[in-house]
Amino acid sequence: MRLKTFKGGIHPNDMKEISMDQPITMLAPGKEMVYLMSQHIGAPAKPVVKKGDPVIIGQMIAEAGGFVSSPVYSSVSGTVKALEKRKNALGDMVDAIVIENDGQDTETEYATAELDALSKEDIIKRIQDAGVVGMGGAGFPTHVKLSPKEPDRIDHILVNGSECEPYLTSDYRCMLEKSDELVQGLMCILKVFPKAEGVICIENNKPAAIERMREAVSGRDRIRVEVMQTKYPEGAERSLIYAITGREVNSSILPADVGCIVNNVDTVIAVYEAVIKGKPLMHRIFTVSGDAVNNPKNYDVRIGMSYADIMEEAGGFKSRPEKLISGGPMMGFALFGLDVPVTKTSGAITCFLKDPVKEAVTTPCIKCGRCVKGCPAHLMPCDLSDIAEHGDKDRFAERYGMECVECGSCSYTCPAKRPLAANIKAMRRTLLAERRKK
Amino acid sequence: MNDLYSVSSSPHVRAGVTTQKIMGAVALALLPASVCGVVFFGMHALIVLLVSVASAVLSEYVFERITKRPVTVYDLSAVVTGLLIGLNMPPEVPLFVPILGSVFGIIVVKQLFGGIGQNFMNPALGARCFLLISFSSQMTDFGAKGGMMGAASRAALDAVSSATPLATLKTGAAYPLGDLFLGNIPGTIGETSALALLIGAAFLLALKVIDLRIPLSYIGTFFVLVLITSLIRGYNDPFYFTLCEIFAGGLMLGAWFMATDYATCPMTGKGQLIYGICLGVLTYLFRMVSKSPEGVSYAIVFMNCLTPMIEQFTRPLAFGIKREKEAKNG
Repeated sequence: MRLKTFKGGIHPNDMKEISMDQPITMLAPGKEMVYLMSQHIGAPAKPVVKKGDPVIIGQMIAEAGGFVSSPVYSSVSGTVKALEKRKNALGDMVDAIVIENDGQDTETEYATAELDALSKEDIIKRIQDAGVVGMGGAGFPTHVKLSPKEPDRIDHILVNGSECEPYLTSDYRCMLEKSDELVQGLMCILKVFPKAEGVICIENNKPAAIERMREAVSGRDRIRVEVMQTKYPEGAERSLIYAITGREVNSSILPADVGCIVNNVDTVIAVYEAVIKGKPLMHRIFTVSGDAVNNPKNYDVRIGMSYADIMEEAGGFKSRPEKLISGGPMMGFALFGLDVPVTKTSGAITCFLKDPVKEAVTTPCIKCGRCVKGCPAHLMPCDLSDIAEHGDKDRFAERYGMECVECGSCSYTCPAKRPLAANIKAMRRTLLAERRKK
Repeated sequence: MNDLYSVSSSPHVRAGVTTQKIMGAVALALLPASVCGVVFFGMHALIVLLVSVASAVLSEYVFERITKRPVTVYDLSAVVTGLLIGLNMPPEVPLFVPILGSVFGIIVVKQLFGGIGQNFMNPALGARCFLLISFSSQMTDFGAKGGMMGAASRAALDAVSSATPLATLKTGAAYPLGDLFLGNIPGTIGETSALALLIGAAFLLALKVIDLRIPLSYIGTFFVLVLITSLIRGYNDPFYFTLCEIFAGGLMLGAWFMATDYATCPMTGKGQLIYGICLGVLTYLFRMVSKSPEGVSYAIVFMNCLTPMIEQFTRPLAFGIKREKEAKNG
């Protein structure tokens, strides 16, 4: 049988062997913890503590700023040191709450629950209160995702375990070590959508995870495991939905419009912790990898911990890296420095001794068509990049430039090392900003 | 660690493939055919190849220095152009012909239109067509060696077949299939050995420098049309005749190495199929209907000119857009 996949895509070296075989390790939090108010898509959270307030683990320190927003909880006990601007992974200064960790780890009591005793509304409320957002990177508040306009149309709940981004192995480790939590989290979501079936989607380069998840779902008739071809960007939402269901989603509709809801592995585990254990989202699994680090593996880190503290706790660098990336090398953000806190959506830091793109010399396009073949959105990136460079907004939109998912496959595969994705992304930013103004 | 780390827009890794590696691979893939050419036709063939490559590279270098543009000879594309021009020469051609061809191909066809990737016509084929028209006697003089050239032998074959369709092919112009396939027949330096060309093509396919779309649709279309025609015309051995048409002359070299030139063929998958099929039809018309000795070069050059239009009409529909249109209509 042919493996499920989408049309287009590329095959970068996945580099997962560096970190995939080490079990998840707990990391002690740092002295100073920084909680950004915008760790999600939507309105920023509003602080509910003042400077000098004592806080404990599991205490809400900022409430949701609206329906499409999410509260923030303290992951340490200590004192609020400041409410000030701090740098995020993109290098912007944004509102944050800074907490001095007293190291006592005093924790609140959580209200546990039985799934059978909860209604649909209870489940969504518990997810909303716990501050669960899409932890794969986008940070869309999960309770909003689980409240589509027509809930009856939802027939697929997809758990995105494809982890197609090179170097990252956190979802893989979670599927191996937290498979039961994952299945229970999925059961919680399936209870909200009684007509849906749960599908755990895994690429075929993770046989151990496939086997483990198959064991974990055996006997549950509403959940199955689907094996997909290993290809980047298999885990992009639209590619994943197409691979599993054959349905196509474009930029003007939502997955829910074709009956699908996609959640990342970490998110589903967070749903389990929120719904069953009553615990707010305060920690996540974080991959530390790349050729510059001493102990590449996955760590269980508390949200708010700075990347610098993580690197120190995780054994540091072999020597000074030239490039730091928050996330993986295909879609991650290059960091100016380590002075950045972990948020709900930061899944990894990839550290390179040598910057792989610094030496790349851009030469003229030879019209080889590699970018066209690789584009999962079926665009012609070489043309769009030219159009973007000329600033031709109308033509860019006419050629469906807004359908780009910014996966970077075009730049990756270009033999002339042209900055195709960068040009297209810049144009998309301009057009999105203009649309917002209107 | 107060100083900043280097930043850039994602993706932060790139594939190892470069323009230079691609062009180097094409040049390597042409080596078996070059070696065969030298083995079959002797030292003068080697000198022709070396002179063609050297003059192509030199033309590019000098032109770029004079026009004060970045020198791009290291991308090896001029080497490939020069080599293809050399392989398209009759084995005993006077050396001024390939030199003129390389200068024309590189400067007029490639550089004047903006250099690598910007030319609308394959520089090597542009040069060959220019030489065929301007120096037709030198370009079709295949000397005593081997008796006749591929094209000429085919012309003779055509003449024999069409004059007396029922006559046997044994009457002189026919070569054993084995010789046809190995290349032990007259022709230009690089076009005679189908085996050597296929080895090179297999190398490029394995490296994914080219794919099968253009060569297969081209050769396939041509094969079917010639076979049908020879059946209708009642040739004695239609299958043998068709294979002769495939292996003799420039079809193998053209289909695998020149029709697949990136800059001058469509980028879209559908476009490449259309391009290949049109090439097959044109080559058939030029060879079988007009009896022109050279069909492949003209067919490819003609289709090169249509490439932008084919690309325009076969632009892929963005992912998810069809659905949206259906939803709006329904």
